[in-house]
Amino acid sequence: MKYAIETDKLTKKYGELTAVDALSLRIRRGEIFGLLGPNGAGKTTLISMLCTILEPTSGKAKVNGFDISAEQSSVRKNIGIVFQDPSLDDELTAWENLDIHGALYGLSPQDRKARAESSLKTVELYDKKDELVKHYSGGMKRRLEIARGLMHAPAVLFLDEPTIGLDPQTRRHIWDSVKKMNREKKVTVILTTHYIDEADALCGRVAIVDRGKIVACGAPSKLKKKGESLEEVFLRLTGNEIREEKGSSTQTMRARMRAWNK
Amino acid sequence: MSEFTAIRVLWKRELLRFVRAKSRIAGSLGMPLFFLLFLGTGLNSAFSGTTGNYMEFIAPGIIGMVLMFSSVSSGMIVIMDRQFGFLKEILVAPISRLSIVAGKIFGGATTSILQAAIIMALMPFLGVSFNLSGMLAAFAFMVLISTAFVGLGIAIASKMEDMHGFQLVMNFLVMPLFFLSGALFPLNNLPGWLKVLTLIDPLTYGIDGMRGALTGSSAMPFWVDFGVLALFCGAMFALGAWLFTKKNS
Repeated sequence: MKYAIETDKLTKKYGELTAVDALSLRIRRGEIFGLLGPNGAGKTTLISMLCTILEPTSGKAKVNGFDISAEQSSVRKNIGIVFQDPSLDDELTAWENLDIHGALYGLSPQDRKARAESSLKTVELYDKKDELVKHYSGGMKRRLEIARGLMHAPAVLFLDEPTIGLDPQTRRHIWDSVKKMNREKKVTVILTTHYIDEADALCGRVAIVDRGKIVACGAPSKLKKKGESLEEVFLRLTGNEIREEKGSSTQTMRARMRAWNK
Repeated sequence: MSEFTAIRVLWKRELLRFVRAKSRIAGSLGMPLFFLLFLGTGLNSAFSGTTGNYMEFIAPGIIGMVLMFSSVSSGMIVIMDRQFGFLKEILVAPISRLSIVAGKIFGGATTSILQAAIIMALMPFLGVSFNLSGMLAAFAFMVLISTAFVGLGIAIASKMEDMHGFQLVMNFLVMPLFFLSGALFPLNNLPGWLKVLTLIDPLTYGIDGMRGALTGSSAMPFWVDFGVLALFCGAMFALGAWLFTKKNS
C-alpha cells in the first residue's frame, strides 16, 4: 500500500452543480501535494469527502488504505485536518482545546499531556497555552489548529488554505513546521492554497483543479514551460475570468458577525 | 472506552464554557427571581383565601422554567457550534454521532440543573424552604426535565440553518409549554380546552412531580408524573440523536 490517497472517479453533485467530477487521483505516502484551483473549483469539496464529512455521490476513494464510505472510523483515526474556516472553541484555552482533541482521538491522559506540550512547542505557542483562544490573533489560531491537527500523529494531514490572510512571517513559519513534520514524521500532506509560488516552493507535486476536474498534475517544474512561473501555468490552464463561489450560510453568517463587530 | 472518554470530555467542555460565562449565568437568573419575587409576592395576597401560599406553589414551577429554558437553549447552541466551526472538529473525530449527542445532552442537562440549584439555594431568602428528602426526590424530576429538553433543543437545531429562528422557538414553543404546565396556576377547575392542553404538555408532569416532592401536594400520583416524563425524556433523547445523526452524516 504505497498510496496515501487513491480516488477513483470520485464525484459530488449538488443538484445540477457537479462540484467534483469523476476525479481520479493518486498521492504517494510521504508526499507534500498541492491542490490548486480557482474559487469554487471543488478543492474543499474533495477534501471534505476524503475526511468523511461529506458523502460522495458516486465513485470511490481510499485514505491510507481505508475506504472513505465503508471504513469511516479508520479513516478518521488516520487523518488530521486544518479546515479552511476556523474550528477552535474560542471560549476555551489552547491547552483545553488540545486536551479535548486528544481525548476524542482516544489518547490517554499522559499521552495527551506529552503530545499537547510537544505540538504547542512546534508551533511556538507553549508559553501562551493557558490563554483563552478568543484572545489569540488570526495567525496564532491558525498555528494552534495545525498543532491540533498533528497532535494525534496522523498519517495524512489535510491543510485547506492554512495561510490565508496571514502575514509573510507567519506563513513562512507555518510552512516550515509543515516541512518539518513531513520530513521527521513522514506525514503525507495535502494542501490547498492560493499562494501559488508557495506551493511551487513546497510541494513535490501539484494538481491544478478546475470545475471539479484535474486539468494538470505533476511536479511544478514539469508543468512549467520555459520561463513560466507556476502562477502563469495556473492562469493559462484555468483562464483569467473571476469565479463566483456561492457562500455557505456559515460564511454569510461570519461576514455578518464581522460587520456587526465593527 | 474511547467513546466513554469522548462523552466525558464533551460534557466537561459544556461545564467549562458554563463557568466562564458568568454574565450569562447572572442573566439567566434574573427572570426566575423576578417571577418569584414580584409575581409570587403580588399574587400571594390574592391566593390567601385558599390553602397554602402562592410563593410556595410557584417555586417548583419556576425551577421547571429555569430547567426548560436553559435546556432548550443549550441544545440549540449546537447551531453556534456549527457556525463557529467547532462542530466540524468533533465530526471528523473517530467517535460516534451518538456519543457527541450524549455528551451534549449530559453537559447541557448538568448546566441547567446547576442553574436551577442556584435558584433553589436563593429561595429560602424569599421565604420558601424545602426539606432535604423532598429535594432529592425533586432532583430525579430535574434530571428528566433537563435531559428531555436538551434533546428537544438538539432536535430543533438539527432542522435549522442559523440562530434566527431561536426567538421563534422560545416564544411559540417554550413560552406556551411553560404557561400550560401548571407552573403558575393549579390544574384543577380549569375550562375543558385548557385542561386538555395542560395534559398534553409534558412539562406539566415534571412540575407536578416536583411540586409533589417539594410541597407534598400534587394533582397527579407520583408514578403518573414520573412515568410520563420518563417516556418523554427517552423519546426526546432518541429524537435529538436521530435528527442530529441524520443532519451530520
